[in-house]
Amino acid sequence: MRPQIGSARAVAAPLILGIGALLIWQLTVMALDIKPFVLPSPVSIFTQFIDNVPTVWAASVVTGTNALIGLIVGGIVGVVSAVIAALLPIIDELSAGLVAALSVIPIVALAPVLYTMFGAAEETARQIVAAIAVFVPVYLNSLRGLRQVRPVHRDLMRATAATPWQATRVVTLPTATPFVFTGLRIASSLAVISALIAEYFGGPVGGLGKSITSAASSSNYALAWAYVLGSIILGLLFYSATLALEKLASRHRPSA
Amino acid sequence: MTDQTTTPGAGAASGAASDAVSITGVSRVFTGRRGESTVTALDGIDLTVSPGEFVSLIGPSGCGKSTLLRLIADLDQPTAGEIRIFGKTAKKARLDQEYGIAFQQAGLLPWRSVAANIELPLQLHGMAAAGRKARTAELLELVGLGDFGSKYPDQLSGGMQQRVAIARALAESPNLLLMDEPFGALDEMTRERMQNELVRICGETQAAVVFVTHSIPEAVFLSNRVVVMSPRPGRIQGILPVALGSSGQRGEGLREADGFFDAVSEVRELLHGAPAEAGARGVENR
Ligand SMILES: Nc1ncnc2c1ncn2[C@@H]1O[C@H](COP(=O)(O)OP(=O)(O)OP(=O)(O)O)[C@@H](O)[C@H]1O
Ligand SMILES: [Mg+2]
Repeated sequence: MRPQIGSARAVAAPLILGIGALLIWQLTVMALDIKPFVLPSPVSIFTQFIDNVPTVWAASVVTGTNALIGLIVGGIVGVVSAVIAALLPIIDELSAGLVAALSVIPIVALAPVLYTMFGAAEETARQIVAAIAVFVPVYLNSLRGLRQVRPVHRDLMRATAATPWQATRVVTLPTATPFVFTGLRIASSLAVISALIAEYFGGPVGGLGKSITSAASSSNYALAWAYVLGSIILGLLFYSATLALEKLASRHRPSA
Repeated sequence: MTDQTTTPGAGAASGAASDAVSITGVSRVFTGRRGESTVTALDGIDLTVSPGEFVSLIGPSGCGKSTLLRLIADLDQPTAGEIRIFGKTAKKARLDQEYGIAFQQAGLLPWRSVAANIELPLQLHGMAAAGRKARTAELLELVGLGDFGSKYPDQLSGGMQQRVAIARALAESPNLLLMDEPFGALDEMTRERMQNELVRICGETQAAVVFVTHSIPEAVFLSNRVVVMSPRPGRIQGILPVALGSSGQRGEGLREADGFFDAVSEVRELLHGAPAEAGARGVENR
């Protein structure tokens, strides 16, 4: 059974590599007696993580909620805009420059401005930053997907005298769906990263970003790293959830 | 070769209103991007198809067979000439769903189950779910895929996908069936079985058929008349009536009959010999 061997390998290889790297890390820190503010050992980070599971969890919920709201809002706006742009080429032409600009601007740079706009006590600015970061890949992928309709399917819709809306619903949107989810998968990591980095620029405390900075500034380096570990887990969670959705959406695709 | 307007087997009366398809003086010129390099895909096509008649279009690649079929289906418009389907314009006929069409590629929607693919036209035209379900079951039986309704296209063989596409084309019991090389990608055995099934289906539904093919035996086996086309510009080289009996009488034995071989060689002569000769042109209908 080749696929199974393949998937077992796919899991085992990075696992062995990861364990090896952690081992070397641990040994290096112990052997060279590296100070925790330079680099804490994996064991101390893990101990801190276990000891602080409730606080890391609480911080992850704050950041995760912001990222999720950003992902949903940015995703919906991205898909709807792509549908409009696909229907009205003029919109596409007008917005092409703006989208290109959005995709090169580091969105988190907007965070300080947004904090003043929406109030530094609100999570809104972070959610907006995440939503904008999500919007770009979702929009671009959806627009690409909406243009993948096969000529034979277009002929089929015309031959069955389908209305434009029926054609959109029956052929165009399902054709685009896997592309939308690819966009969402790419956007999922961006959502977490943006929501987290935005915390560095101000706003209420409680999220992973703020927790990392405050732990580091109070010289609790292992705890700071424990929060980093929490962020990695949160990012992986978002990624694997959207990856699973993408896989689900692309079932039965390679066919006539 | 005789001059024949009425159809063997179909026994339909002639006359514009009662013709399933009537094509008069149709041309289609494709214009290149900047007005340069124009291609005359079809030139001066005249053809009528009676109700219940099976007509095959055969000819070398690029002679405009698909183009002609697309014009009949109103997927494309002629540069000149007129096309009427059951007395209506092609557009009206399309909007009224007078025809069912099967494309060269099956063109199934891969995210829909086989049953959902077949019922698509019914669903688009607002048939209630219960009626759709019954009709789909009927069609699945008709194309011999009774157990496959809940499968997805990627779980079927190419020949089975083609049968699903044919079932979809038949869903609304159209009086006209348009088929563009539907068996093109099949092996010889599957192909002959599909041909037998198509003959049976046509016998049952009494639909007129315009059938594009590259295979001479296929054209002869299936058709009441074989239309031989020539390329550059796409013209009708000749029309050969095949008097091998109505679809009900056609069976596996026909492939062995003398008349079958005679008709095959006549079509072959038309295809290869006497290009654009006056005599050959004279075979045309009307
Ligand atoms: N959309 C188009 N734009 C430009 N030229 C076209 C277009 N469609 C067809 N043609 C040209 O028209 C001619 C006839 O094409 P058509 O597809 O009807 O041929 P065909 O008889 O179906 O060939 P085949 O047997 O290979 O399918 C060809 O020369 C082709 O290049
Ligand atoms: Mg063709």
